[in-house]
Amino acid sequence: MSDINFIPEPEEPIPSLSVSNNQGILQWISSVDHKQIGIMYLWLSVLFLVIAGIEILLVRLQLAIPNNHFLAPEVYNQLFTMHGTTMIFFVAMPAIFGFTTYLVPLMIGANDMAFPRLNAFSFWTTFFGGSLLYFSFLAGGAPDAGWFNYAPLNEYNYSSSPGIDYYCSGLLFAGIGTLTASVNFIVTILHYRVLPMSLKQLPLFVWMILINSFLVLAAFPSLNAALAMLLLDRQLHAHFFSAAGGGSAILWQHLFWLFGHPEVYIVILPIFGIFSEVFPVFSRKPIFGYGMVVGSGVAIALLAFGVWIHHMFATGLGNTVNSFFAASSLLIGIPTGVKIFNWLATMHGGAIRFSVSMLFAIAFLIEFTIGGLSGISFAIVPIDWQLTDTYYVVAHLHFVFIGGTLFGLLSGLFYWFPKMSGRLPDPRLSKWFFWLFVAGFNITFLVQHALGAMGMPRRVYTYPDLPGWGILNLISTIGAFLMAGSVGLLVFILVRAIKKGAVASPDAWDANTLEWTTSSPPGLKNFDRVIPVKSTRPFRDYKRPEDADWNRPEGARKHEGKYIPQNNPHGK
Amino acid sequence: MENKLMVKLVVGTEAMFFLALIMAYIYFSLLPGFTSRQADHLDIRSTAIFSAFLFSSSFTFWRAETNFKKGKMTRLKGWLLLTLALGLVFLVGQGTEYARLLKENVSISSSLFGTSFFTLTGFHGLHVLVGLVVISIVTTLTFMGDYDRSSSSVFGTVGIYWHFVDIVWLFVFSIVYVLPHLHKITT
Repeated sequence: MSDINFIPEPEEPIPSLSVSNNQGILQWISSVDHKQIGIMYLWLSVLFLVIAGIEILLVRLQLAIPNNHFLAPEVYNQLFTMHGTTMIFFVAMPAIFGFTTYLVPLMIGANDMAFPRLNAFSFWTTFFGGSLLYFSFLAGGAPDAGWFNYAPLNEYNYSSSPGIDYYCSGLLFAGIGTLTASVNFIVTILHYRVLPMSLKQLPLFVWMILINSFLVLAAFPSLNAALAMLLLDRQLHAHFFSAAGGGSAILWQHLFWLFGHPEVYIVILPIFGIFSEVFPVFSRKPIFGYGMVVGSGVAIALLAFGVWIHHMFATGLGNTVNSFFAASSLLIGIPTGVKIFNWLATMHGGAIRFSVSMLFAIAFLIEFTIGGLSGISFAIVPIDWQLTDTYYVVAHLHFVFIGGTLFGLLSGLFYWFPKMSGRLPDPRLSKWFFWLFVAGFNITFLVQHALGAMGMPRRVYTYPDLPGWGILNLISTIGAFLMAGSVGLLVFILVRAIKKGAVASPDAWDANTLEWTTSSPPGLKNFDRVIPVKSTRPFRDYKRPEDADWNRPEGARKHEGKYIPQNNPHGK
Repeated sequence: MENKLMVKLVVGTEAMFFLALIMAYIYFSLLPGFTSRQADHLDIRSTAIFSAFLFSSSFTFWRAETNFKKGKMTRLKGWLLLTLALGLVFLVGQGTEYARLLKENVSISSSLFGTSFFTLTGFHGLHVLVGLVVISIVTTLTFMGDYDRSSSSVFGTVGIYWHFVDIVWLFVFSIVYVLPHLHKITT
């Protein structure tokens, strides 16, 4: 039996991509190491970002001028559906899970996840789900009923190509991967913290992941049930969502948004966690109101299940229902606002370093607030009736998904890239990327608010030459290409940094948390020993024992917001 | 400990899944014509009998677990085999019920009742099947002597899942069979 090729133990923390020996790509495929799986999640996300980006560039080309016939309507429907579905399930989610898988064990002083093989299973299931979704292009047509896939358009009679069957099965697989990963995160966080670390000393990113994982466990089953029902409808002629068979089209909307609204918070809570790490480090101050950040995160998670009807105001559920959900939707703005003030107060009086990571964090505060305000306007039922299914919605959701989620991911990327790769990205090019991307983003989506207010419906493949529509759409298309160009620049920056970037020190930003105490990139075994944890900033305590958080007099601890900046510890 | 927590979380998310299915069932059952069809086709007596088998399998598995903790391996094997048999009887019972309904032309595509009935009970049956597969693996390993000296958490974790499947059936049975039956008696 000597010819059995056992997979040998990895020798390098980041294996190469070689196929000729067993220390290359074979190590990646067979890996159960949380750091390698995290990196694979991130590259999966970049791959799908490029694919979904190309899809939307084609869509924007079609919309660049009125009465355009560059794309056929059927193709157009497939492209925008795949764009939305991919961006949410195979770009935002894998990117968040990549950071989580990579960082959670490091931040809590553990050497791996609680269930390393389950971790690999989660990644490969997600990967398989994405591949299955894209296989639909070869199998006779991609899904074409929008990312939220409303009944009855998703039924066989209206969409007879197999695309929606692949939508269901692909998302089911990805959903299972997401659920198993979340189970893994919770067990890891609750059982694998380094011994003295209490929940009150958990880094805020880890806190947000803990809350978020419970949110996933509660929200995804609703989507999975809806997808299973839809598959039964399409394959075995069940009648869940077909009004002709006595079923209910609105049941799909309930099940989908019962998942879909929490999903919006699932892709933003971890981002709040990232910013709660980035702001203190680059402001050289502790986070303002640690407890409030955690508490408002819990509040958001709970409220997330009480607002889903605001996606359905136009379906006519009656004034009582609409008023209730309008009120609850306005309510959810409060804990989010609390967090914004936490970060503003963290910056206040701090010694701010404008690294690219911090630049994205500051830009986030502005862009996300714009997205939040347009979101609040939707909670007002009459405004929603006027603007629903117009480009105003498109503008709103991109301001929160890009200005919120993606800015956070990029901020996190520039913050942790030196840790993950051991290299520093070119600072000048990175700043170019930041400004180009932010400019492109605002050019693309600010004008869409106006388009929506002027009444341009979303998801139409072309439009008549009404006053102002042509020029605003052209501006939007130009902005989209600017964004695409800057994403190309980002990929170039990353690949170049990995190949020949300046070597980063283990503690590249003079940071506070445990992941920076290991080498960059961390070795195969994360820690030989972990420094003592006595506060939320263990590494800072270790580096500045005379000014340690846990050693502060009680009076100073009570006025956390008035901490003196790190570069001026004696306030002189 | 972490294994138990993992199963509890899995069971929690599964509970949400069944909640969605049950809510859909209740939603449809409020539509006119649903309840009468339901009462016409379902035979609460035979289902109650094979449900009793499933409920008692929870008891036998609990006995298996206690005997494992005490290290009484012979008794453990006996209770495990009994659990498997009881679970199997439930599945056979469900199978015969399905066969009878299909003969009466009630299928997943025949009506809204068929759609929601087969989906809800089918997903539950699938969970019973998965449980039986897991328990038969555990039983095989027990007979091979894998657990003779270890302090394995496997019986505790499988137990959480198996009791959960039982509790789900308690709800499904009440909502699908008992409530319409009571409704029929009172009107």
